[in-house]
Amino acid sequence: MTISIPSITLSNIGPLLTLTVAGLLLLLMDALTPKGKKGYFPYLSLIALVIAAVQTTMLWNRSGTDFARMIYVDNFAFFFYLIFLLATALTILISIKYLEDYHRNLEEYYTLLIFATIGMMLMAAGGHLILIFLGLEILSIAIYILAGLFREDIKSNEAALKYLILGAFSSAFLLFGMAMLYGATGSLFLDDLAQAIKAGVGTNPLLLFGMGLLIVGFGFKVSSVPFHMWTPDVYEGAPTSVTAFMSVGTKAAAFAAFVRIFFLVFPEIKMEWNMLLWGLAVATMTLGNVVAIAQTNIKRMLAYSSIAHAGYLLVALVAANQLGAISFLYYLVAYTLMNIGAFAIVILVARKKDNYINIYDYCGLGFQYPALAAAMSVFMFALAGIPPTAGFVGKFYVFSAAVEAGYIWLAIIGVMNSLVSVFYYLRITVLMYMRPAEAELGPVTMTPAISSAVLLTAAGVLAIGVFPGPIYELALNSVKIFVGL
Amino acid sequence: MVVPLLYYIALSSALFAIGVIGVLIRRNAIIIFMCIEMMLNAVNLSLVGFADHYQAIDGQMFVFFVMTVAAAEVAVGLALIVAIFRNKATVNVDELNLMKW
Repeated sequence: MTISIPSITLSNIGPLLTLTVAGLLLLLMDALTPKGKKGYFPYLSLIALVIAAVQTTMLWNRSGTDFARMIYVDNFAFFFYLIFLLATALTILISIKYLEDYHRNLEEYYTLLIFATIGMMLMAAGGHLILIFLGLEILSIAIYILAGLFREDIKSNEAALKYLILGAFSSAFLLFGMAMLYGATGSLFLDDLAQAIKAGVGTNPLLLFGMGLLIVGFGFKVSSVPFHMWTPDVYEGAPTSVTAFMSVGTKAAAFAAFVRIFFLVFPEIKMEWNMLLWGLAVATMTLGNVVAIAQTNIKRMLAYSSIAHAGYLLVALVAANQLGAISFLYYLVAYTLMNIGAFAIVILVARKKDNYINIYDYCGLGFQYPALAAAMSVFMFALAGIPPTAGFVGKFYVFSAAVEAGYIWLAIIGVMNSLVSVFYYLRITVLMYMRPAEAELGPVTMTPAISSAVLLTAAGVLAIGVFPGPIYELALNSVKIFVGL
Repeated sequence: MVVPLLYYIALSSALFAIGVIGVLIRRNAIIIFMCIEMMLNAVNLSLVGFADHYQAIDGQMFVFFVMTVAAAEVAVGLALIVAIFRNKATVNVDELNLMKW
């Protein structure tokens, strides 16, 4: 018997290889570096991320599949690579000081972040259900550990356990859905699944059952109502830097696989899923925004806001046209910048060890720290979708896509939801500028790393809000793979 | 004797449903983990059944990955449960209620 080895091009997974090597190297160096000299790990991981980003840009415009059709090599995957690398780099910048305050500036934190990034990339590039599942689990297991990083803190423990139980629970649903798809079509390759559905297994009950289970599984991961119950608890209890990473990275990765499967495999049976997602989108936006009003803990408020943003992203998914796919990518870039920026400010204002995370701790910040308050206002305006920020342009694209696809009511409900969200976002700004400080909370210590992260995100939010063109072009280039749209 | 495909689907769906019910109604974290394992193994059973039906190997391959991942997940889960037990001396999930609404 002969075994033929398929031809592979290693450079197609260059960014993944770089990160894998970097992650392993970090683990090794931790063992070899004496205590007290471990401060350089975050910078080493940043260098690895930059190298991976450069490799990704060099791969741009390649197309096709590799590794026996296991991974897609296309601009859609590369666009997501860049989003993940950006999110991880910003997370590293905002974590250093925060972790030092807790005496938890451990190198495994950075290793786990890098491994989580690899998982996300596999999810965005996976062309085979096994690979998508593996990517999801590499990502999730790393984040379970990160959420429980503060081992002595009972809140962190609780958040990690809740996330682990519900994450594993939802993975089981996703997996059962994949098994049903396999049963309906006899293949695990996304290409073959799409072809089998075109050939007319569209009404097979196994296929519809599998698709429903996939929606449940991905719904959990992107925290869409009614599968959102874990989100506020986990976001509140996890270390703030990990929350920032989770709210952006996990969501983007889950949406990457969600979009790829639904736009590539299921466009033929769009009638079966778009009304279901319509309902999910409306419920997610409405619940997220309405409950966020009642929150006084800023981390919890941002958790509900992230649920609401998942709802806006689902609107783009429901629209299922080319503008929908473009708006989706644009929105994720904007969301990455503004959400990590907001969490960076939360870390700064909390001073040491999450002491001040109530929204009333923001009173008077506008007079004490004008630059900080100005940056926070930019992020709040962006999250609320007020021009000239990236949040406005993103929402504009999303709702235009919905109108273009004929979902007028969905767009109207979305805009009304955005109006509701203005209340709780602008409340922070009002507190910062129109109320005196309630008590002396102590000085805010800014390090170069976290200041540069705030500066970068604030500038980015404004820049791509005023000049959305370049990102739009990149996104347009990326979504050409979805020929069915 | 050939086992009809429907039997595989019925058995794995039943196991999966028992696992889901277990996760929802049991209160001991370790038993919840066992129920999640049951859900994953229900999936494994259906994958093997389908692989047999199509005379293809990839369904069985998937099973190996699922088992590996399940083992990794449980390793992390048990470590977390130990950490929680040291802080709170309980593994009852109803008592993990610091954060609500």
